[in-house]
Amino acid sequence: MAELRALVAVKRVIDFAVKIRVKPDRTGVVTDGVKHSMNPFCEIAVEEAVRLKEKKLVKEIIAVSCGPAQCQETIRTALAMGADRGIHVEVPAAEADRLGPLQVARVLAKLAEKEKVDLVLLGKQAIDDDCNQTGQMTAGFLDWPQGTFASQVTLEGDKVKVEREIDGGLETLRLKLPAVVTADLRLNEPRYATLPNIMGAGPKASASGNGSADVAPMEAGCRRLGQGRPVNRGLPCAESQEEED
Amino acid sequence: MVPHLVPRWPVCLFQWRAACTLGACVPQSAWAGASRTPGPGSPRGAVGTSPLVRRGGSSSSSRAPEVMLTRERYPVQRLPFSVVSEEDLAAFERITPGRVVTDPEELEASNVDWLRTVRGCSKVLLKPRTTEEVSHILRYCHERNLAVNPQGGNTGMVGGSVPVFDEIILSTALMNQVISFHGVSGILVCQAGCILEELSRYVEERDFIMPLDLGAKGSCHIGGNVATNAGGLRFLRYGSLHGTVLGLEVVLADGTVLNCLTSLRKDNTGYDLKQLFIGSEGTLGVITAVSILCPPKPRAVNVAFLGCPGFAEVLQTFSTCKGMLGEILSAFEFMDAECMQLVGHHLGLISPVQESPFYVLIETSGSRAGHDAEKLSSFLEHVLDFGLVTDGTLATDQRRVKMLWALRERITEALSRDGCVYKYDISLPVERLYDLVSDLRARLGPKAKHVVGYGHLGDGNLHLNVTAEAFSASLLGALEPYVYEWTAGQRGSVSAEHGLGFKKKDVLSYSKPPAALQLMQQLKALLDPKGILNPYKTLPARA
Repeated sequence: MAELRALVAVKRVIDFAVKIRVKPDRTGVVTDGVKHSMNPFCEIAVEEAVRLKEKKLVKEIIAVSCGPAQCQETIRTALAMGADRGIHVEVPAAEADRLGPLQVARVLAKLAEKEKVDLVLLGKQAIDDDCNQTGQMTAGFLDWPQGTFASQVTLEGDKVKVEREIDGGLETLRLKLPAVVTADLRLNEPRYATLPNIMGAGPKASASGNGSADVAPMEAGCRRLGQGRPVNRGLPCAESQEEED
Repeated sequence: MVPHLVPRWPVCLFQWRAACTLGACVPQSAWAGASRTPGPGSPRGAVGTSPLVRRGGSSSSSRAPEVMLTRERYPVQRLPFSVVSEEDLAAFERITPGRVVTDPEELEASNVDWLRTVRGCSKVLLKPRTTEEVSHILRYCHERNLAVNPQGGNTGMVGGSVPVFDEIILSTALMNQVISFHGVSGILVCQAGCILEELSRYVEERDFIMPLDLGAKGSCHIGGNVATNAGGLRFLRYGSLHGTVLGLEVVLADGTVLNCLTSLRKDNTGYDLKQLFIGSEGTLGVITAVSILCPPKPRAVNVAFLGCPGFAEVLQTFSTCKGMLGEILSAFEFMDAECMQLVGHHLGLISPVQESPFYVLIETSGSRAGHDAEKLSSFLEHVLDFGLVTDGTLATDQRRVKMLWALRERITEALSRDGCVYKYDISLPVERLYDLVSDLRARLGPKAKHVVGYGHLGDGNLHLNVTAEAFSASLLGALEPYVYEWTAGQRGSVSAEHGLGFKKKDVLSYSKPPAALQLMQQLKALLDPKGILNPYKTLPARA
């Protein structure tokens, strides 16, 4: 039981409280100087992993993030919350923009095999692209069972019971490990990282280094054409009064 | 943002009338069953007339039983002002057509203060839209010798915003227009009835912030803030309204419009009259428009919540903070262990750090995230290493920042739910800030349920609160004048930011010499010879 190892994927996204601005050339949103933080659902996934470790059901938690240098911050946050190691898959800023669920899922699958983990935890979706695909694709690549939209996770020996939030209510699955689980909102309330942990997380992160050498993301299969504000459909709501960029 | 209070009201309170002094007691009312009548003195004693406690209804629609009338609870005499007549109502209707409120149910909310401790019996509420209307109203009332009670958001803590008798309530609720905002200088000009939170939203969209922030932001009006010289959570960084207000438009007691609404940073042409009205609590004139300087919105805001092993360490943390964080420090608040227990018990808020005797909330605001994070990081390392702080957490995203602030901002709410609250708002030398709390704990012993201290340590401002199951005259006697004398002994202020209003007007002399009081009364007589503006408040009656 205490032999289980978990991999948690964390994504660095624009902080949910920030007012998003579309770039004038409409190729994307303004990210320069804008506050970023860990995707809220990823936080929930990290919290679940740490709780399992506290219950002595998981031995080691590895936090992974794919993206530019700033992702180290996100990994550090995961470490401060209680993860043991961090792996930063470095992707240069220019290409990071084209990184999508397919590429990340390939990376996670490779890492899961390499690190021989029993459980891969992710947030159900990222708040910037709302794709809700990475967890599912990762399970696909690994050919592992998946429990998505988890609102409760219980480890039972070599199986994991996952209660899922679905449109009709709640669905409970029992999956054989190794498995992929994606976290939904009600799974838990993430803890505050306490100072001693935050201070200790600095040295922890630098020890892990980045494992980008052998896990290179593939070419992006799709290209974003443009990004803009939603067209005012004349619906009576407060947002419609805001001006177009 | 006025939280819904769940009050408890002991029946014995109604017998207490003669024994009452102008204490700061905030007795709470109980969820009385339909059969319990409000008490002997209340004119609307019959339960049938007032909206009853609706059990099982939504909390926002049910109402607590009535508050006792101020004129029955306190030893006050009505001054010989005129009484509002039908002719007066007709005249008001001509000045503010359709905005003369006389319905008793509608008036109810404006006759009672937020703490539910004082209640007037005004029969008229006026809602002007323009300065001109305010001027006409005051000119008329001046001629007729009718008393007027200016009212903003009605969130004051000292009973200054509601009538004592039947003063006409002059509400700024409809004077809520922004007049102008200069995007480069950050100077905002607006009417007095703008709600602070809405002004914050307005200027934040333009990359500025309001220079003040307080728990009542969702309801309070900027005019009221200026009239009471509100302090708040950003005082440490941006200073007092005496500095940030650039100009005022005020209507005087006789209806004269005093337009000093300049937007200039520097103007040394004669006496600075606006300073008289800032903090005058509506007794020298009615503020109708404000010109205020807004600071640029900080790009990076961090909040650290720390646990300290003792008050000495809290003070050392503060000194270290000032030295190492310097110009990025924007707030330094403290609270004691009992406060944390109360917010946990009554509001279910969880402490993010392990239990400590004291907690400190530090906010930094700066223009560069990296720079601020570095400074904060080395500061935190230092205080941890030196044992000044035993545990702490750091918030950089909005949600966590709000959650940490809630631990401090909602203490007032938690106290209201703990029972009868005796509130004191005191300025003291920072080193002695907590001594009064410890002194009182020893002095009161089991008479008090909780004795807590929290507040703006950075400004030397202690919010001392004592809770008890029920109001007790002996407890009040043990508190007053002890607290005031203790404060006077330290040359402190008996009202740091809440003002005097109705409840503290007689304790002014603990912090001001007789000559000062005399001059204040002379100024009042000069600007309002008939005394119609917010009578019975702020200054003690002239001997």
